[in-house]
Amino acid sequence: MATHFKIEGLRAAIEDKEILKGIDLEIKGGEIHAIMGPNGTGKSTLASALMGHPKYEVTAGTALLDGENLLEMEVDERARAGLFLAMQYPSEIPGVTNSDFLRSAINARREEGNEISLIKFIRQMESKMKELEMNTEFAHRYLNEGFSGGEKKRNEILQMMMLEPKIAILDEIDSGLDIDALKIVAAGVNSMRSEDRGFLIITHYQRLLNYITPDYVHVMMQGRIVKSGGPELAQRLEDEGYDWVKEELGIVDETVGQA
Amino acid sequence: MSIQLTTPINRGLAETLSREKNEPDWVAQLRAEAAERAGELEWPKPEKTRLDRWNLDAFGVYKQTSRIARLGELPAEVRELVPAEGGALLVQRNSGAAYVREAEELKSKGVIFTDLETACREHADLVKPYLFQAVDPFENRLNALHAALWNGGAFVYVPKNVEVELPLQAIYFRDDAEASFAPHIVIVAEKGSSVTYVDYAITPGEGGAAPFIHHSVIEAFVKPGARVRVASVHHMSDQGIDMTNRRAIVEQDGRIEWIIGDLHDGNTLTETQSLLQGQGSSSDAKVISIGLGQQRMSLTTRAVHIGRSSTSSMVTRAVMKDEATAIINGVTKIEKGATKANGEQTEKVLMLSPKARGDANPILLIDEDDVKAGHAASVGQVNADQVYYMMSRGISKEEAERLIITAFWRRSYPKCRWKP
Repeated sequence: MATHFKIEGLRAAIEDKEILKGIDLEIKGGEIHAIMGPNGTGKSTLASALMGHPKYEVTAGTALLDGENLLEMEVDERARAGLFLAMQYPSEIPGVTNSDFLRSAINARREEGNEISLIKFIRQMESKMKELEMNTEFAHRYLNEGFSGGEKKRNEILQMMMLEPKIAILDEIDSGLDIDALKIVAAGVNSMRSEDRGFLIITHYQRLLNYITPDYVHVMMQGRIVKSGGPELAQRLEDEGYDWVKEELGIVDETVGQA
Repeated sequence: MSIQLTTPINRGLAETLSREKNEPDWVAQLRAEAAERAGELEWPKPEKTRLDRWNLDAFGVYKQTSRIARLGELPAEVRELVPAEGGALLVQRNSGAAYVREAEELKSKGVIFTDLETACREHADLVKPYLFQAVDPFENRLNALHAALWNGGAFVYVPKNVEVELPLQAIYFRDDAEASFAPHIVIVAEKGSSVTYVDYAITPGEGGAAPFIHHSVIEAFVKPGARVRVASVHHMSDQGIDMTNRRAIVEQDGRIEWIIGDLHDGNTLTETQSLLQGQGSSSDAKVISIGLGQQRMSLTTRAVHIGRSSTSSMVTRAVMKDEATAIINGVTKIEKGATKANGEQTEKVLMLSPKARGDANPILLIDEDDVKAGHAASVGQVNADQVYYMMSRGISKEEAERLIITAFWRRSYPKCRWKP
């Protein structure tokens, strides 16, 4: 069965301030959706609420992945159900090596007694690292500790490639990347495109979308999706900015929950 | 033979005990004097820890231990700790040595590794100048009681310039619900020698079923240019109190390394001290601990700098769960005249429960100007963002915490392998 992900009426709050005011979005396997919008409009909150960050409280709505409501699951269960979030600010975990971390994550998806063999794991990891032009030395470094911004982002994509999720959300994966790194990351994402997998790419810039062509583009303002279209929408936003969207919709302040 | 030990104990009892064991007069006298004075001395007064609330009566009964011929006769929990690679091994069961395996090639180099009671009888000339020289038996009631009642133990003697490659291993275990359990360990490393001594203290079966006190002392004498490494893991049942005093005296260019796992499940009072007497002497102390249940712990590391250009490094890391409390003291003392001394210390506590408590107290006492000293202390909860990040990859909360705890320890022992 092809992957099917459907978000309906999602509302979420942080410290009693409502940030997401009813999000509806449907992603099918094989599709790439991009969410664009200025800062402070709720884009990253959407990503965090779907993953289950403890700071965000979901107050209404469902997010069904192949019929199962992710919002009723713990964070680790959502991941094992097939959701992946490449984070904007990945945590540093000194003392846990990248490879130990990834192996634990892979084994968490397998039955006890059926853990991935070390040789197979290393071979897979090294081949993915090569694709991402990462030095294999990073396998033995502590998770994200002392990584540059670009190295952290590549490491997020490496994890995505190893874990093979059904739905991958990339939260500002392009921020802090130079053009060469951006191309490598985009190639990594493109290599993962398949009928079984949907993508949700969150970005403020059209730049990334030159390398990863989305099927759908959505604009977020005030905690809602206010406009949707095809790849040409991203191009227009790049050329003309967001003011025309605001004007069209009569929005003065596009942000949400800002003090 | 069994002799009931109660506090306060008296001279007569200590003398009887010593006579029964055929100990030389000088040992009997030391025991008797310590027993006599124990009553007038005070218990130690560790910072922020109320020993008067601890049950300090369960010193147990001296029970003679019979020797065993084969390691197969030991309880399974003890056999697991026996090193597969062979080498010198000493096993103490309850109040005395049960098994001693000296390695022949060490013997031929003049290395002695046997229980301290035997050493007092057979190597008095080597033991007498050191026994209770690093630890003052009259400093407090605990030391005096230990001097009166110690049993079994170990004596390690490494002659000049002899390098012992394989670790000397000792296992101290109590599997009798009444037996007194009080090892005393003396390590003497002569000029230019090197040795690693490893021990465990455990209480399988009946040994951990009722209240008991394990009191023990390690005295290490590190002569000029010698290197001594002591690795010690205590993991006894929550019924017991562990009171352990570890001290080293380090002479010129000598080095002591302490690798300590204070993993005991009951109340714990330990101190690990290096007295850096000689010029260029150095010390490295690494202590890890876990607090569980209602446990109360006082863990102190101490470095005393007397020698010029002496250096010390101390790291204590503790993970606290449930309602456990740990007071972790790091004391760097630099005496007048110890110019160019350098003392560094770190105490870190990771709290896994809101009811757990950990106090890290760095204490620097410096009487000389031309020195370096540094400290870092922190007490923190498991970082919620780190747990979220790991869970977002499908790792369960328990596994994420386990990885973070292992990591927390790995940073103080980067070269050790960890079995969760």
